[in-house]
Amino acid sequence: MSASLLSFEHVAFAYPHGRPIFSDLNYQLRRGTLTVVLGPNGIGKTTLLYMALGWLQPSAGRVLLENRLLQDYSRAELGRRVSLVPQIERQPYSYTVLEYVLFGRAPHLALFGAPGAADELAARQALVRAGIPELAGAYVDQLSGGEGQLVLIARALAQEPRVLLLDEPSAHLDLGNKYRLMQTLSDLRQDGTTILMTTHDPDIALAVSDETVLVDGSGAVTVGEPAKLLTAEKLSRLYKLPAGALEIRPSHPGLTLRRF
Amino acid sequence: MNDDASLLKAQPENTQKKWVWVFLALALLLLLVLSVFLGRYPQVGFLRISQLRENQLAQLLVINVRLPRLLTALLLGMVLAASGTVFQMIFANPLVEPGFLGVSQGAAFGAALAIVFFSASAAAVQGMAAIFAFTGLGFSYLLARRMRVGSWLLRLVLAGIAVSALFSAGLGIVKYLADPLRQLPEITFWMLGGLASLTWDKFWAVLPACLAGLALIFAFRWRLNLLALDETTAFSLGAAPRRERLVMMVAAVLATSAIISVAGMVGWIGLIIPHIARRLVGSDTRRNLPAAILLGGAFGVICDNLARMLMAGEIPLGILTSLLGAGIFIILMARGLGKGVRA
Repeated sequence: MSASLLSFEHVAFAYPHGRPIFSDLNYQLRRGTLTVVLGPNGIGKTTLLYMALGWLQPSAGRVLLENRLLQDYSRAELGRRVSLVPQIERQPYSYTVLEYVLFGRAPHLALFGAPGAADELAARQALVRAGIPELAGAYVDQLSGGEGQLVLIARALAQEPRVLLLDEPSAHLDLGNKYRLMQTLSDLRQDGTTILMTTHDPDIALAVSDETVLVDGSGAVTVGEPAKLLTAEKLSRLYKLPAGALEIRPSHPGLTLRRF
Repeated sequence: MNDDASLLKAQPENTQKKWVWVFLALALLLLLVLSVFLGRYPQVGFLRISQLRENQLAQLLVINVRLPRLLTALLLGMVLAASGTVFQMIFANPLVEPGFLGVSQGAAFGAALAIVFFSASAAAVQGMAAIFAFTGLGFSYLLARRMRVGSWLLRLVLAGIAVSALFSAGLGIVKYLADPLRQLPEITFWMLGGLASLTWDKFWAVLPACLAGLALIFAFRWRLNLLALDETTAFSLGAAPRRERLVMMVAAVLATSAIISVAGMVGWIGLIIPHIARRLVGSDTRRNLPAAILLGGAFGVICDNLARMLMAGEIPLGILTSLLGAGIFIILMARGLGKGVRA
């Protein structure tokens, strides 16, 4: 078993009629790590995530999952290997949390199938792993933002994926919910789940990531250990801040704006 | 650990919903049996068993008039309710109905065209209505593919509006050219909907398309849930959202265009019945699609019973479904439609 689960090889991507987002993206996601894709808004983090999902296809280069081209997997095969927690999700109808998490069983079912007792057990286990077993009977349209995020994680876990992708999972959460989310993700990583998530928040990268992928708009990415990669100067340049705007406390690797 | 184990166990939250199925199925069965005896011959009200045994005309009436009509009304309600559920899921919107992608207007245009230019034979009206209903969907779909604005669903809605408008303009032209004494009333009556002239032949003609559509939708009933999710999400769950939506849309429109080709424009069933089903058994289409099919069948039969019973002359079916449907809709709205879900 190679250490690399998902690899981008010389990947280029541009939206139709848009400027190129990536020109030569090379990156390997290591098995069992929690990796954070960091960069400012609109720089291409979600594009990278969607290419990992197989939803967007590179205009050049290849994306491989376990040494096999993503587009060579059938839809159901890919659904059993890669799952997504989207940033926001429209919920048109009022499902119970359990019904909603059961959607994650879809790639394990036949086209005309429906989830059975084994799937319900898997869904309840996913709820336990996401830390919200007590919400099974609640309605998805009546949850708080933090709970909603955890339900989406539970649904993604019910897919029993090799890679869990999360798109800006902390974007709309308050400090407490952000903390609990990071705790949950870090527990999942301890259990051996490989996680790739995007964020625009360097603190998240510093707090939880084993490895950080910096997307800076150059068309490629820089990868490294967060504490080494994320220096005040580099981040100031990335987020277009004046020199001295950021401080990193050496005693405790966290990042703050300077006191005004 | 104990906590976890108990939380993993299934909770009996759905048991109280079992009676809903038994009740719905029995009520529909009872309704069907009663409807066979209900009518205006030989007296207004129920036919007595003794009459059915002795009166040959009554036997012929039941077998050749009431039965095919009853079964078509049942099929009509089932098809429109199932198709309505499909459309409300695909468009993630509780306010759409199966005719809105150019299907209803297309059918009306086709029927009018047949009435004015093709001698108005029943077969021609039926065939043209079905063909143009499907053409409406096809046009909307192709137009949506060529448009360059907004999301896929928005493009479909816009294309549907445009195609409906084109067909309704076409319908206007045909009406303008129609003979005002002979053809215009016929167009008007077709558009009001009704099963008055229904025969076994018509029933058998539309049955295969209706059953094929219904069977496909029924088999897909759990997976329909996925089609209401965002496209990216549905994709991440291993679905092929565009392809699956197209297949479901074709199944729904196939059945719908077949049934409206014999029944004319019958509104509101496809909009209101899925709502009621959702309220009764929840948002999961695995349960609410079968509920919608049973309820829709019952609603179709009740409306048609009223259409043939209330007055000596026939009341157009479309008027009754609109009246009852809108009435129920207003009551639901007043009690808080919300997202159209729980009671």
